[in-house]
Amino acid sequence: MSMQIQIEEKLAKELKAQHLEVVNESNNHNVPPGSESHFKIVVVAPDFEGKSLINRHRMINSILADELKNQIHALAMHTYTEEEWNKASGDAPMSPPCMGGGK
Amino acid sequence: MDVLERIDQVVKGNSVVIFMKGTPQMPQCGFSMRAAQALQACGKEFAHVNVLMDQEIFENLPRYADWPTFPQIYINGELIGGCDITLEMYQQGDLKKAVEEAAEKTSA
Repeated sequence: MSMQIQIEEKLAKELKAQHLEVVNESNNHNVPPGSESHFKIVVVAPDFEGKSLINRHRMINSILADELKNQIHALAMHTYTEEEWNKASGDAPMSPPCMGGGK
Repeated sequence: MDVLERIDQVVKGNSVVIFMKGTPQMPQCGFSMRAAQALQACGKEFAHVNVLMDQEIFENLPRYADWPTFPQIYINGELIGGCDITLEMYQQGDLKKAVEEAAEKTSA
């Protein structure tokens, strides 16, 4: 199973996400073609209600703990409740460019 | 000194510190670059640690505050998050407020 699908399935299951985008951004970075190392996720979920950003990110970090330890090098996260997502007009920020410091 | 103690000293000894890849002048990762730029835009001094120059901190920082990625930004000894959270706080005006309050606390 690809890492992208694995991330999607885990988050969909654990967070009951109303909206979920997992984008493989590895091609923008200094890694071989076809890599699955850099991802951006956009999640809209009811469980985020009343939680600070750091706690939302911690939820995702813990759901993806194994993947983060082994395969995922970078993970951009944009987390919203339904109300926040509507306010953002469904538009999550762009990820930054690579600057070569892979390690 | 134990590496976690060393990290703790840096975190507690600076009102604002970023652990990043590279330096604010020469960032080596886009996420680190953006977070450092947001801090710079707040107009107060802040400390930085280049994790690429310190293997021990690079390997152990993730377990210090149970946060798996870089950069990590601490204000008043507390992890506020990584790049995405720092940027979002900056856009809401909350980062500037937090940085200014931290600077006042230190000088008081």
